[in-house]
Amino acid sequence: MRYIPTTQEERERMLAALGIQSLEELFQAIPSHIRSDPSRVLPEPLAESQLLRHMQELASQNQDTQALVSFMGAGAYDHLIPAVVNHVTQRGEFLTAYTPYQAEISQGVLQAIFEFQTLIAELTGMDAANASMYDGATALAEACLMACNAARRQKVVLPATLHPEWIDVVKLYLESQDIHVEILPFDGEAGTVDLTALTDDLGSDAACVVAPYPNFFGLLEPVEELSQWIHDRKGLFVMAVDPVAMGLLQSPGAVGADIVVGDGQPLGNAMAYGGPSFGFFACRGTKLVRRMPGRIVGQTQDLDGKRGFVLTMQTREQHIRREKATSNICSNQALNALAGAVHLCVLGPEGLREAAYQCLQKATYLKQCLKDIGIKTAFSAPSFREFVAAADVNWAEVNKRLLEYGFLGGLPLGQYHEDLDSCVLLSVTEARTKEEIDRFVHVLGGLC
Amino acid sequence: MANPRDYLYTKDHEWVRVIDGTARIGITEYAQNELGDVVFVELPAPELIVEEGEGFAVVESVKAVSDIYAPVSGTVKAVNEALEDSPELVNESPFDEGWIAELEINDESQLKDLMTADEYDALLEEV
Repeated sequence: MRYIPTTQEERERMLAALGIQSLEELFQAIPSHIRSDPSRVLPEPLAESQLLRHMQELASQNQDTQALVSFMGAGAYDHLIPAVVNHVTQRGEFLTAYTPYQAEISQGVLQAIFEFQTLIAELTGMDAANASMYDGATALAEACLMACNAARRQKVVLPATLHPEWIDVVKLYLESQDIHVEILPFDGEAGTVDLTALTDDLGSDAACVVAPYPNFFGLLEPVEELSQWIHDRKGLFVMAVDPVAMGLLQSPGAVGADIVVGDGQPLGNAMAYGGPSFGFFACRGTKLVRRMPGRIVGQTQDLDGKRGFVLTMQTREQHIRREKATSNICSNQALNALAGAVHLCVLGPEGLREAAYQCLQKATYLKQCLKDIGIKTAFSAPSFREFVAAADVNWAEVNKRLLEYGFLGGLPLGQYHEDLDSCVLLSVTEARTKEEIDRFVHVLGGLC
Repeated sequence: MANPRDYLYTKDHEWVRVIDGTARIGITEYAQNELGDVVFVELPAPELIVEEGEGFAVVESVKAVSDIYAPVSGTVKAVNEALEDSPELVNESPFDEGWIAELEINDESQLKDLMTADEYDALLEEV
């Protein structure tokens, strides 16, 4: 069946209304070199059995962490996922549920989201959380917009130690709204923000400063100093945190964060070649909640006094005041967020602390082993599960060789920072064993 | 509830009470009745400078969300913080305890454009 929803006559009427002659003319704004002609791309049809084999052949060209031992992180992490996570998320009631527009008949999905929000609020030490966002980077962009909205200022300060791709996403969101983005340099020795760059000039008209926790290099930023600095200048303190690290690090609520966001992939979500994941978003206080983007599920009572769940405070996003909203986003990543919620419930506070502790211990062990074979740690600030190692080698070439030994090496940093050409970002999760680390160090020692 | 005689009014159903160069602003009995239960009032930031006709506060009720427009140009000098926890004051006492903000008036001649209580009564007759 061909799916062409309009008739030739309708298409001609639409073209006439637009004052153009052909479909080709309609699409001419799209450069020809990025357009494709589907009829030339798609091969001839295959029988079901042939198609299955073809797809399996294609899939087998991918390499995944079932076959490879990963020391790559930089935003997507190879954490253990308890089997119960998939068991719950694969249930038809969750897997196939459409977005809960009609609250009365979506109580199960709404309750799951409500539980998720509660878990995120507890994890971050905030008063309220939303139903989730697309990913960490877009959640941070929305947090910056919210801070500008709340502080009535048009500037945000981002540290250069934020993930470079997150910086790109935030800039993309903000610059189209005439919000100025100021990049805070980092201290080349510590690997965290350069506190001497925190001037009055920079802060007096800033809506917020963002603290990645840990930062792109896996290091712990001086969050208390940043919090104090921005609050003294009446701006908001935004933290972009790793959810697993929350098992071990000080709660963002305790260090004065006003908005806390992060990427939820480390909680129950497979790396899946970069997505889908989910973003989480939480904030402090009843005033800020009003400006929080996205959906919020609330618990209430029906006419008979029974507990029920509803989508609440949607006015600004979806209904009568769209133009005044922080954002018009009105969807969320329900299934991915559910996986995160189940994962957190299975681990519990003790389990999360244990997972985080193992990440720290194993990463520290790798750091020590590398030092023994002459590969130094590049920065002096304390780290969590990632760290930057430096050696005078071509890391892209080393990674190719590592693949031959079944290892996914770290991320070469030269592509992001010229000065870090000799550096690689390594990640060690609780999923790595001592034997894997020892073998990795042995192989790496032979390549460097 | 009668409209106080010594207040001034706007066509957007806001009232203005002028005390020593300061304009205290709220919404009228008619407005609160039309809006229904007020659930949230977004107050302006202190020292915010507003132009006549500019939206500077928001009243959210179960039925609608409405901007509060500055009846005159000025600088925000006080806000009714009691509304943060008790937005229902706008319904219970629109002309008194439910006031929203006070502006230091820039140009008193703008007050001439506002309605007297008699003129506002007449406007309500028409609606």
